Amino acid sequence: MAGLAVKVDNLVKRYPSAVAVDGISFTVARGATAALLGGNGAGKTTTLSILLGLLLPTAGKVYVLGEDMLRRRYLVLPRMNFSSPFVDLPHRLTVRQNLLIYARLYGLPRRAERIEKLASDLQIADFLERPAGKLSAGQKTRVALAKALLNEPELLLLDEPTASLDPDTGDWVRGYLEAWRARTGATILMASHNMSEVERLCSDVMMMKAGRIVDRGGPQALIARYGRTNLEEVFLHIAREPRIHLEAAK
Amino acid sequence: MSRQLSASAARVWAMLLRYLYLLRSSWPRTLELLYWPTLQMLIWGFMSQFLYSNSSYVYRAFGVLLAAVMLWDVLFRGQLGLSMSFLEEMWARNLGHLFVTPLRPYEWVLSLLSMSVIRVLLGLLPAALLAIPLYHYSIFSMGLPLLAFFAVLLVLGWALGLAICGLILRQGMGAEGLAWTVVFTLSPISCVYYPVSILPDWLQHIAWALPATYVFEGMRSVLFSGVFRTDYLATALLLNILYLAGGAWFFFASFHNARRRGALLQMGE
Repeated sequence: MAGLAVKVDNLVKRYPSAVAVDGISFTVARGATAALLGGNGAGKTTTLSILLGLLLPTAGKVYVLGEDMLRRRYLVLPRMNFSSPFVDLPHRLTVRQNLLIYARLYGLPRRAERIEKLASDLQIADFLERPAGKLSAGQKTRVALAKALLNEPELLLLDEPTASLDPDTGDWVRGYLEAWRARTGATILMASHNMSEVERLCSDVMMMKAGRIVDRGGPQALIARYGRTNLEEVFLHIAREPRIHLEAAK
Repeated sequence: MSRQLSASAARVWAMLLRYLYLLRSSWPRTLELLYWPTLQMLIWGFMSQFLYSNSSYVYRAFGVLLAAVMLWDVLFRGQLGLSMSFLEEMWARNLGHLFVTPLRPYEWVLSLLSMSVIRVLLGLLPAALLAIPLYHYSIFSMGLPLLAFFAVLLVLGWALGLAICGLILRQGMGAEGLAWTVVFTLSPISCVYYPVSILPDWLQHIAWALPATYVFEGMRSVLFSGVFRTDYLATALLLNILYLAGGAWFFFASFHNARRRGALLQMGE
């Protein structure tokens, strides 16, 4: 457990009308960048939500940074964070006010200094006094990242980190995340649809389909295993091949 | 232990600060907070002046209607103040951000309660102070009983507010309208402006199950005969404990239910 940032054991999330996560087990090593890859409804966001403690599983065990997330999540939450372009920060507060509130919620010392440092790193200093609702998509993503990095997390969970960004901004965000992880040694677990992003950032890819992990490996290993030229082709093969789901069920 | 307590207090303060920033960010909302209690006070003040010379009921104690309307507003604003801060998080779809931090649900509730007190005071103090030069009536002349009445009504407002917020957590924003209206169903049976003896016998039993009824009966006792009914206060406090426990239990059960359904990430407009 000591070398693991995440350990998930036989995780199930069942709703009255559907099974969102169907008995998955996986681990993520400390310092790794891993991805949950899959189509819509594959169970990626559900898995991330359970890891964050926002959603209670039907069955299974979840350990984050060595702690049982279902019983002792308040020991872990200060050491992890989360960013998603689909969950905006409150619109009416300024960027600085939002960051200050979250810095206080994490109990950070020297909050103003920390915010200035992140603002400089993420190039958001120019709009710190602007209401969060009046930012462009690229600006919102960088502000959301600033919020996610406030507490210098050991584990960062990202849901589609570059969705709806132009290629230039997307590339900048990916570069920043790469450099940040290399500098801090933190662990990143992301859910993504973006194959080139996953190929570039991740050393470990879990392919999800219908709530199950149907394959797993490094991007190059997966590409070689399926005899394809890139991860997108692997993704399409898995998404369109019904037998893959059945084999995983066995 | 003390470190945990101070960390917890810091998170409550962080949330309170968020609501204060929100209040400050919109002057129409702040104005709305002041406007309604003052308007109510003006209407009932003029009505009292009229009835003072035309009704023996008001003649016995000029402030009986003014005190009633202001105390009723403590209950109404206490509930609404809590529900409004809660709704701010719903409208902003912010629960997903808040509850991946170390913020505990009870700390959030404490910040909502604190904000409710601030909203009540911001709304009512100007109206109460304005009544002094306008009608030569000071609600503060009631003395210590006023503090007791205020506390009972505020806590009842919290109980109601928590129950309504719990319902919104379960049912989604479709239940938002209840935050504005539910409290008014209590108004006729709380006997704000008339004695409980006016109600039909069967309804009196229901009225006496509400802490608010004891407050308004107690208020009339202070104003008409100068007697502070401690028996009323004791019963109201006891009932309040039950109501607050019920409201808090329902809120926390609904929060747990929202975590089970995955609603914390999706909850919003």
